[in-house]
Amino acid sequence: MPRVKTRDFGVRAVGDRVFNLTTLAMALMILALLGGLTVELFSHALPSIKAFGFGFLTSTDWDPTTDLYGALPFIYGTVVSSVLALIIAVPLALGVALCLSEMAPAWLSRKIGFLVELLAAIPSVVYGLWGIFVAGPWLRDHLDPLLAKTFCFLPLFQGPQVSVSMLTASVILAIMVLPYISAVCTDVFRAVPSSQREAALALGATKWEMVRIAVLPYGVSGIIGAIILGLGRALGETIAVAMVIGNSPQISASLFMPSATLASVIANEFVEATSALNLSALFELGLVLLVLGLGLNIAARLMVYGATQRRFQKPT
Amino acid sequence: MADNKMSARDLRAYFHKVEALHGVSLGFAANRVTAIIGPSGCGKSTLVRCLNRMHEVVPGATCAGQVLLDGEDIYAPAIDPVQVRRRVGMVFQKPTPFPTMSIEDNVAAGLKLNGIAVSRAERDRIVEESLRRAALWEEVKDRLKRPGASLSGGQQQRLCVARALAVEPEVLLMDEPCSALDPISTARIEELLLELKENFTIIIVTHNMQQAARCSDFTAFLYAGNLIEFGETKQIFTTPARRETEDYITGRFG
Repeated sequence: MPRVKTRDFGVRAVGDRVFNLTTLAMALMILALLGGLTVELFSHALPSIKAFGFGFLTSTDWDPTTDLYGALPFIYGTVVSSVLALIIAVPLALGVALCLSEMAPAWLSRKIGFLVELLAAIPSVVYGLWGIFVAGPWLRDHLDPLLAKTFCFLPLFQGPQVSVSMLTASVILAIMVLPYISAVCTDVFRAVPSSQREAALALGATKWEMVRIAVLPYGVSGIIGAIILGLGRALGETIAVAMVIGNSPQISASLFMPSATLASVIANEFVEATSALNLSALFELGLVLLVLGLGLNIAARLMVYGATQRRFQKPT
Repeated sequence: MADNKMSARDLRAYFHKVEALHGVSLGFAANRVTAIIGPSGCGKSTLVRCLNRMHEVVPGATCAGQVLLDGEDIYAPAIDPVQVRRRVGMVFQKPTPFPTMSIEDNVAAGLKLNGIAVSRAERDRIVEESLRRAALWEEVKDRLKRPGASLSGGQQQRLCVARALAVEPEVLLMDEPCSALDPISTARIEELLLELKENFTIIIVTHNMQQAARCSDFTAFLYAGNLIEFGETKQIFTTPARRETEDYITGRFG
């Protein structure tokens, strides 16, 4: 092929190179930030890691007066509150997303969609306040007795009913992650080609059957992605949870009892950390939270990958 | 001439306020292939989509007039569009297999609808029969569990035919079913039409006049939302009554 010579060829090449390097630098900055953060967390957590070893993860003691620290109650609180939040939020979010993408007329869909996204714009401290003064007492007075009566055989719903509790925190978290999950799911459902919908309808499918055979299967990896996003938000949410969960470092079978999460205990205690080891233990909690979030993300991604690979495998 | 399985009476279709079909009336003979030809945008697809109430699925699309199926107006208020679509099946321009389903699940997709329960054996029998009718059985019988999307384009289109046939429709609408296919796959679909018309009434939209001439019994020529001419295919292609039809089939416009 003959070489094309133009006068601005060299200039364009230089411009491209500058652009490449600039964007590369910006991308690398993210890596450097993440790396630096991890190293920093790790080095601050080192005294605690040395003092407690793996026992840190399995011990249920958290006692600044005797300088004994264990993370298990917080890991438990974080996982249970997040999972419970997802159990509440995911069906709701799917319902909202299906309504917006399949059922509601365009003008209504836009308005409701905007309102749902507005939920994400409310500062978490406001959710916390609302949780303390409105949702918590309401749940204690109305939902808790109902659950206790209906599921009295489950230890989850036994014992005293407190307004600052695991259940309150989960409900607040569910409301907070709902807009993220439903916004992503709405986009996922809207991206399903209309040819797929029409193929189902032409077979004599009702609207719900069309959703079941054409929309949901087509969007399944996107739905899982949305749930991961919600899970990430729930794991790390701090202020709202710290305000309504009761911050009690205990593992209690009952959801009506106060608990604590990794994020909430860090927020509550770092200002008044009594000793260097206490502060270091808090850093280690931060490290655990980071690893937990990363691990769950990777696991979920592998799950999506596995699911899509199995279904779309090519003929051999 | 055989009895009409379906007929349209003064059928008008609209997209919002724009009228796309200006009062079309014609009958579709039972167990015959009727081809609808005409230049792009003349309303061919809109017409067939009105015949199984798929037109109204698009937001803003409405229609007026009557469409009779066995003498009954499918637009009567008491008629459920879902039931109409079970009796009047459809194959689209592009193959639309459900990508997450295996070949056999694709064929059986319509069987699970509307709470109709079929036994495992019955389901397998219907899957095989439908694939045989769609002339695909020999090619896929050893890989029924494979994803439907793993087939070639022509095979996917025959899979969609099998899927439409599995629910035992009375009429089969085909909206340019060969436009995305190569000549060999096209020939297979055309052969298929001749076999299928023994059991089904077929209405096929095509922009390929040779295809209409080869495989249809009747031909309707549509232009700018009006039915210009309708008659036996042989007559339309040899002695068209209207000047526009002659111009179109001889390639002078469109």
